[in-house]
Amino acid sequence: MSIGFWLLQSLNALALGGLLFLLSSGFSLIFGLMRVANLSHGAYFMLGAYVGLSVLQAGFGFIEAILAAGIVIAVLGGLIERFLLRRLANRTLAQVLVTLGLAFAIADICLMLWSGDPMQLPAPRWLSQPIRAFGFVFPGYRVFVVEVSIVVAVLLWLLIERTKLGAMVRASVDDIQMARGVGIPAQKLFSFIFCLGAALAGMGGVLGGPILSVYPGLDGEMLPLALVVVILGGIGSIGGAFVGAYITGFIYTFGQTLLPAFSYVILFLPMIVILAFRPSGLFGKSAP
Amino acid sequence: MTSNTRITLISVTLLVLALAAPLVAGQPFYINIGSQVLIAAIFAMSLNILVGYGGMTSIGHAAYLGTSAYVVALLTLQHGFGFYAASAVALGVVVVMAAIFGAIALRGTGITFLMITLALGQTMWGVAFRWSDVTGGDNGLPDIKRPDLFGLNLVEPGLFYAVMIALFVIALVGMWIFTQSGLGLSLQGTRDQPRRMGMLGHHVWLVRWIAFIIAGFWAGVAGIAFIGYHGYIHPLSLGLANSAEVLLMVIAGGAGTLLGPVVGAAIVVVLKMVVSAYVSRWVLLLGCTFVAIVILLPEGVVPGLERLLKTLLPETRNDGEASS
Repeated sequence: MSIGFWLLQSLNALALGGLLFLLSSGFSLIFGLMRVANLSHGAYFMLGAYVGLSVLQAGFGFIEAILAAGIVIAVLGGLIERFLLRRLANRTLAQVLVTLGLAFAIADICLMLWSGDPMQLPAPRWLSQPIRAFGFVFPGYRVFVVEVSIVVAVLLWLLIERTKLGAMVRASVDDIQMARGVGIPAQKLFSFIFCLGAALAGMGGVLGGPILSVYPGLDGEMLPLALVVVILGGIGSIGGAFVGAYITGFIYTFGQTLLPAFSYVILFLPMIVILAFRPSGLFGKSAP
Repeated sequence: MTSNTRITLISVTLLVLALAAPLVAGQPFYINIGSQVLIAAIFAMSLNILVGYGGMTSIGHAAYLGTSAYVVALLTLQHGFGFYAASAVALGVVVVMAAIFGAIALRGTGITFLMITLALGQTMWGVAFRWSDVTGGDNGLPDIKRPDLFGLNLVEPGLFYAVMIALFVIALVGMWIFTQSGLGLSLQGTRDQPRRMGMLGHHVWLVRWIAFIIAGFWAGVAGIAFIGYHGYIHPLSLGLANSAEVLLMVIAGGAGTLLGPVVGAAIVVVLKMVVSAYVSRWVLLLGCTFVAIVILLPEGVVPGLERLLKTLLPETRNDGEASS
């Protein structure tokens, strides 16, 4: 195996890491703020990819597809939060089970609407120009995915760490009752973060479409990866999700190329190590 | 008679009637549904140890049923084992697997536990799906022969059903003994008051870990019955949907009750059978039923019925002891 192979696989790993970051940052924020492990998150990712596919097939551009998927999934997430999860406030387990039920419902509706055939989203030509560097040729689209994930990470970090809204979110994560007591509208924050997390997953689905393609079962493959990312990185932490996503991306990509039968098993080794020595994750503050 | 004893009598009568119903109906179709319900019931009872008595919600329980079934399939098909020898090995494998997975999953509690069990369950699905040289991948492993028992050929549906009844009764009685045992009681204690149980000198983690292994063992038993019935195993059987289905059985029937999972298994299996006859949208219905049960009937069918019966059956006078 040549250096080119390793470089190319590394780029694949980075691209997957970027996608996993988009998926799991929202998951992690929702969990951190609302204590809801949103098990529909994988389904949001898949539905986003399908919505993007339909928008592309209707003749619109790639950016429009990403935006449309983000909006559709955000609205869906908002409705779920407002009409189902809010009714079950303070019943964490019930909320998680509802999101699991919804994951199945969404997946089956996708199967009904878009059939069972795997479909690849075409990457736009202006993004898929090969990039030449160090004497090697890299697929440009993957570089683009990595760039997007870094930009989103920086924006999310700024939002959480540098704005008043973010300060309110952080306060609610630390002590929800005290936050309510000083007048922070926690309920509105919940809705906002839930929509934001859903939108990120949906947009991630479109962005991942040209690499992963979209097929029934994509949701069930992405969800465990998101779980591993947040368990690795620590729940509710953007930085943790970022580091966790890239670690997971690398382990999964190289696992898949070198030991395809056991790529999932290899993936869980770091998770086990983390759980054994730091149950709250790399960046987690305390066990939930 | 206290109303509790009466409820027990009524439950046992209903259970016996329900077990006899497929035989009375006589046609292989109904008898086979009966076998499927009983296999699902054993599976759901095993999960109930965790979810109901231990307060630990696992969404990866299908991994134990599936692994056990795969081990039986592989050993009989590729290594010349007899069905029963393969089953014994399968139970050993599942117990070791539950011991390892339990040690990992119990690093977390509550939702973290749930997420880890889900991830571990999907790992096993990934192995079954991707390691296609051994597991047949997406094609699964077909043609596992149903074994003979005491010279009787279990291919006959009625005989197989009789064996399933025996297995089910053993599991049910075993479950009842477990819930009354010291271990079962301390498990329920760790569910309700983990800190106090720790203060009282119980090793909370160890109790949960042992419960996890017992649950894995019985799921393995269900897996052997499953492969015996179907003669075929596919990665889907250890996937997320199957784990969710069995969790739905437990919750719909009533977690933490002896008969809840049995009733839940009957409801889910029959519902699936009826729905599949008309439309192919079982997964959609599974999801919607899940949402509806959690919102509308969070404690399950059996506790609801029990309360209803208690109001219908007032205490008899000369029996001083109050049943709460």
